[in-house]
Amino acid sequence: MKKGVMRPGHVQLRVLDMAKALEHYVELLGLIEVDRDQQGRVYLKAWTETDKFSVVLREADEPGMDFMGFKVIDDACLSRLAGELQEFGCQVEELPAGELKDCGRRVQFTSPSGHRFELFAQKQITGKWGLDEVNPEAWPRGLKGMRAVRFDHCLLYGDELDETLRLFTEVLGFTLAEQVLDGGTRIAQFLSLCMKAHDVAFILHPEKGRFHHASFFLETWEDVLRAADLISMTDTSIDIGPTRHGLTHGKTIYFFDPSGNRNEVQTGSYRTYADTPTVTWTADQLARGIFYIQREVANTFLTQVT
Amino acid sequence: MGRQYQVTETSSGQRFSCAEDQPVLTAMEQHGLFCVPVGCRGGGCGLCKVRVLAGDYECGRMSCKHVPAEAREQGYVLACRLFARSDLRIERYAKPCSESTVDPQQRQEVSL
Repeated sequence: MKKGVMRPGHVQLRVLDMAKALEHYVELLGLIEVDRDQQGRVYLKAWTETDKFSVVLREADEPGMDFMGFKVIDDACLSRLAGELQEFGCQVEELPAGELKDCGRRVQFTSPSGHRFELFAQKQITGKWGLDEVNPEAWPRGLKGMRAVRFDHCLLYGDELDETLRLFTEVLGFTLAEQVLDGGTRIAQFLSLCMKAHDVAFILHPEKGRFHHASFFLETWEDVLRAADLISMTDTSIDIGPTRHGLTHGKTIYFFDPSGNRNEVQTGSYRTYADTPTVTWTADQLARGIFYIQREVANTFLTQVT
Repeated sequence: MGRQYQVTETSSGQRFSCAEDQPVLTAMEQHGLFCVPVGCRGGGCGLCKVRVLAGDYECGRMSCKHVPAEAREQGYVLACRLFARSDLRIERYAKPCSESTVDPQQRQEVSL
């Protein structure tokens, strides 16, 4: 949080069929629908999040990620970072307050890896879903499916990882929590804003701007196993897991939404701090780094992106 | 139980039956076959692209990145969104046709 960027705020995903997408994100993942707008976008949140929304779905004829947004500490910080992004060489576009419902003005830019990101300082605070602000109960009744706790991070595929790292560390104040080195080339970078092992991650890929997955946090390994049961019960397309990552040590399962966007639910990554040294994996141990238990990686995990 | 059709994948010669309400890719997986690569099963990633050489079929929604309109006219479809309406002859997609994107099957050459 060295530069005032606090945390992931939201992700806007494209889906081929909104009704099917909502069955997935609401009934299976357990997000809560909070609003819709005139463009037909649907706004969702996970129950522990205090801002109004964290996932926006937009129907389109190609799946993938429109943008990922990070919340910054205040409006002055937003203005300062807009300037620093321009100095870095990014073309910065400002979107007015209300373009996303109940969200303040947003500053959008494209990373050297070809991904669209944005910063914002304000969003309507609606509080944790189903809990009173004063004397809150432990959890709300009526949560569905996997009962996702929060939108956690995205993993993105693209090129120009070195410049992307420079942008995220020098301008936006991320730290490099973990990396994979192939000789002198960094082929994966996991970036953290605060104490999570990653808030966004990038893997080297010849095409710019591809989306690998959006990840949601669960509290326990038992919850990940329960999510796996639900994936089977609903005949949802599974990718890999339940298993453990070497990288970040997260315990995880991967599956697909009905438009082919990959999702993860995970728990148990380690905590990192601004002074924690970067963890390095070498490319010859990549299989263990990605799937620590199986020590092999299905081809689709590395190649399937939207 | 709905109608059953026979699907033949010509480059492998493998043949399997497929119910009319079941995507061709799902039928292939249920028969334990691998003649078409499996990705997201949701019409998004393009891994399971095939060309229908003969037969009648319908399609669900697919990413226009992997199956633009002109490719679709040439019989290209994603097998996870392909529903047989007669016996089908399909061919696993092998090389880029009209689209300008990186072929997802060729991505397998990339080490990461």
